[in-house]
Amino acid sequence: MKKKLLLGSLLGVVLVGGIIFAADHIDAPAVTGAGPSSLNNDITDIYAFQSPADNSKMVFVMNTHGLLSPAASATATFPSNVMFEFNIDNTGDNVEDLVIQCLVQNGRMRVYGPVAVGTPGLTSTVKTTGPMTEVAVTSYASATPLTATNANGIKVFAGPRDDPFFFDFVRYNMVLANPVIGFSPTGSDTFAGSNVMSIVVEVPKALLGTAATIGVWGETKSK
Amino acid sequence: MIRFNKLSILAVAAFGFVLVSCDKNDTPGDTFDTSGTYMQNDQMGRPAVNTVFNASADKNTFNVTTPSAMGAIFAPKFLNNLVALDAAIKANDPTYVQYSTNALGMSPQVLTTTLATDVLGVSMTGATSLATLTGRNLTDDVIDIELKFLIFGGTDGTKNPKLTSDNVNANDKPFLATFPFLAAPF
Repeated sequence: MKKKLLLGSLLGVVLVGGIIFAADHIDAPAVTGAGPSSLNNDITDIYAFQSPADNSKMVFVMNTHGLLSPAASATATFPSNVMFEFNIDNTGDNVEDLVIQCLVQNGRMRVYGPVAVGTPGLTSTVKTTGPMTEVAVTSYASATPLTATNANGIKVFAGPRDDPFFFDFVRYNMVLANPVIGFSPTGSDTFAGSNVMSIVVEVPKALLGTAATIGVWGETKSK
Repeated sequence: MIRFNKLSILAVAAFGFVLVSCDKNDTPGDTFDTSGTYMQNDQMGRPAVNTVFNASADKNTFNVTTPSAMGAIFAPKFLNNLVALDAAIKANDPTYVQYSTNALGMSPQVLTTTLATDVLGVSMTGATSLATLTGRNLTDDVIDIELKFLIFGGTDGTKNPKLTSDNVNANDKPFLATFPFLAAPF
């Protein structure tokens, strides 16, 4: 928390050209949606990649609640009123066709989907008509990550992980205030040693439609 | 006093035991609440787009704008912000090579129009990497990719070397070869 406040005060410096550059983590938005804004529904990163373990599958990652210290990670939980939703456009119009909806309640995550979106947009209801995969949340202390795979081949995980993002964010803010100094030749990862709450879903490509390219984004929604 | 504490401890233990046994007796399908309507809070496609190209007043709006509506609203703002940033850096550092096209051949208009619709394009037919705009891998150095090939590196990625790499090129822990791929927490 203290680290975040320090970085937040850096953010308060108005930088070159009126742009405030921050990693997605640090920008904890005071969103105007109906749900409350807090660190635990702030998305830090989205990843989507062909599975290195099986190239017939895609992996989707949504990380939230960044800059968790080890101590804070030990007690961090996923909020039970939040839907962590992957949106997939496979028709090229930037409107989601499929969703993968992740809910965490009572120490367990349920992943609904991939499933047709129904009504796309800024609100969601849970789509229980498609595949569902359930796993216990992996605790901070657990030596091995808990995973579950359903009959469709969808594999899921939820729990704290080392933040995979790496960036000399501190130096970048100095650069934007005075660009001529440039980056340091020996950069320092501002996110080293910190954790995030992570949801990872591996999905057979066959469940994502037949388009050669898909558009992917992540949302947190709350009720 | 001691007796009171022992009773309290027993009471807490009993209560805790009841909670644990309730949880173990739950079967899937009994306890998950799938009712209600969830309203959008945060949204993200590509790394660092909202934070680089949106002034702070626009960040919240961006997070509750559907991607198909983003282009019309935010492309002009992104362009203005890129042009202003480019000019401000030049004023600070006369050796700075200003933006004409980037290494992917994008004019300021094309770059900002592309990024304003914050959707991550992902290939379903092969290798995926932000460097080729085919996805985002855990190992992708997204900061260098964006600084070098999208924003400051000029037409071939070699311009403005002081600005195109933060010299942090890998994560603090190695990733896993197997699911869930992300490394264990610190």
